[in-house]
Amino acid sequence: MSVVGKIVNSRWFSPLALLAAWEAGSRTGVIPERTLAAPSEVAGTLFGMVVSGELPSNLAVSFGRALTGLAIGVIVGVVLALTAGLSRKGEAAIDPLMQIKRTIPTLALTPLFIVWFGIGETPKVALIAFASMFPVYLNLYSGIRGVDLRLLEGARSFGLSRAEQVWHVILPGALPSLLVGLRYSLSISILVLVVAEQINASAGLGYLINNARDFMRTDIIVVCLMVYAVLGLAADWLVRTVERRALVWRPSLVEA
Amino acid sequence: MDARLNFLSDAAPVGLAPLHGEPPVVRLRGFTRRFGENTIIHDLNLDIAPGEFVALLGRSGSGKTTLLRTLAGLDGTDGQDVTVPTSRAVVFQDARLLPWKKVWRNVALGLRGPDVRQRAEAALREVGLGHRMDAWPLTLSGGEAQRVALARALVREPSLLLLDEPFAALDALTRIRMHDLVLDLWRAHRPAVLMVTHDVDEAVALADRILVLDEGRIAAQDRISIPRGERGELARPYREKFLQILDGTARADGVIPFPHGIPA
Repeated sequence: MSVVGKIVNSRWFSPLALLAAWEAGSRTGVIPERTLAAPSEVAGTLFGMVVSGELPSNLAVSFGRALTGLAIGVIVGVVLALTAGLSRKGEAAIDPLMQIKRTIPTLALTPLFIVWFGIGETPKVALIAFASMFPVYLNLYSGIRGVDLRLLEGARSFGLSRAEQVWHVILPGALPSLLVGLRYSLSISILVLVVAEQINASAGLGYLINNARDFMRTDIIVVCLMVYAVLGLAADWLVRTVERRALVWRPSLVEA
Repeated sequence: MDARLNFLSDAAPVGLAPLHGEPPVVRLRGFTRRFGENTIIHDLNLDIAPGEFVALLGRSGSGKTTLLRTLAGLDGTDGQDVTVPTSRAVVFQDARLLPWKKVWRNVALGLRGPDVRQRAEAALREVGLGHRMDAWPLTLSGGEAQRVALARALVREPSLLLLDEPFAALDALTRIRMHDLVLDLWRAHRPAVLMVTHDVDEAVALADRILVLDEGRIAAQDRISIPRGERGELARPYREKFLQILDGTARADGVIPFPHGIPA
């Protein structure tokens, strides 16, 4: 294959070509700056915002919101899933409520949350927590219920108490499902973060974007979009790393 | 018929009293088990002496797995007259190792004490898997997994070892090697063994006593006094006799319906 052919067939080619076309369009004036800033200008802005500390400080605020909301949501989701998964009474009490909650899009609750919690940090964190709770709940609950009954019976035949069965069999058996739920929760928390930060924020990525919109700084908007993308990638990487360590017993991972 | 093969045709039922005069480790009297309308086990009497190797033969649906589950304590006894030792262990047909625990931790499951790892290691050495201590169960072959299951059962030094068709899923060669291993372990530890199987050869090769379960009743039983290893020619006549019993053609003349001396 010729060198040109190799380049054209590479997976990097089309994104780079798009970037080049974008740059060329901006330089020639085909794409006005108020529509979309040139990639080179975005890079410059990114550098400037990092050096000035504007981006890191606002990123930290956003990161804190997402992490707090996520932590609350995951903890509540895990507790509810354990209660519903391990006891019939818990299931009867919790599962119907969670299924009802599932039918309401979390973001539609934004106005109500603003009425309840005002426009400070609380509604933002609450929205993220509320949204990220469900994937963890649903996956862990079905994971617990899907644990191989033969393994459980085997453990029972060796005289393990109920608590030991939960610890040695049910929870490890449900762990893969929990991690799937965690991955969903992470991406949802970032999604909700984007919307929640539009609520009268005075710091954070959403604040930067809102501000930039008012001054038509498309370069700053693009920088923030990139940061959101990086956050999503980082979240995915995090769960993959946890999975690789926690599920090391799986054959596909054992062989790898 | 071969004089040594006193099975069924003998006027006096053999070997049904406890072997060594010790009280039996398993004692069932009039045990009945129903699921809804279906009676799975019907008025069963059974004694197993300490250290006795009993094979339980039967077709699918004969109630043999239900009986084993009762002895394993996995099903309740509803207050019936059932005596089983608390020290018992089961080896299932599928090894049922926890895939997220390394081999030695599977063996040590539920064990208490300071030297758990050493005990697990000793048990694994005994089944020839001392080198796979830290392997993940899903990387084991079927035969290896079953040996780990044996080690997991024996590390508890049970007075009753329950084997639920433990070798049914293994290839023929591995099965023969497992037979030798089970006999070695049994001789070393002397638990009472109840092995559920549908393989007549296996039952003849391993057991002191064979029970045939049919429709929830003991249709026949016999004690084999010939030493293991000299039983090569025994399997065929046994197999024929069992088939006759299960077909109903031999039911009338020689079946020992219940152990001698136990009221029916």
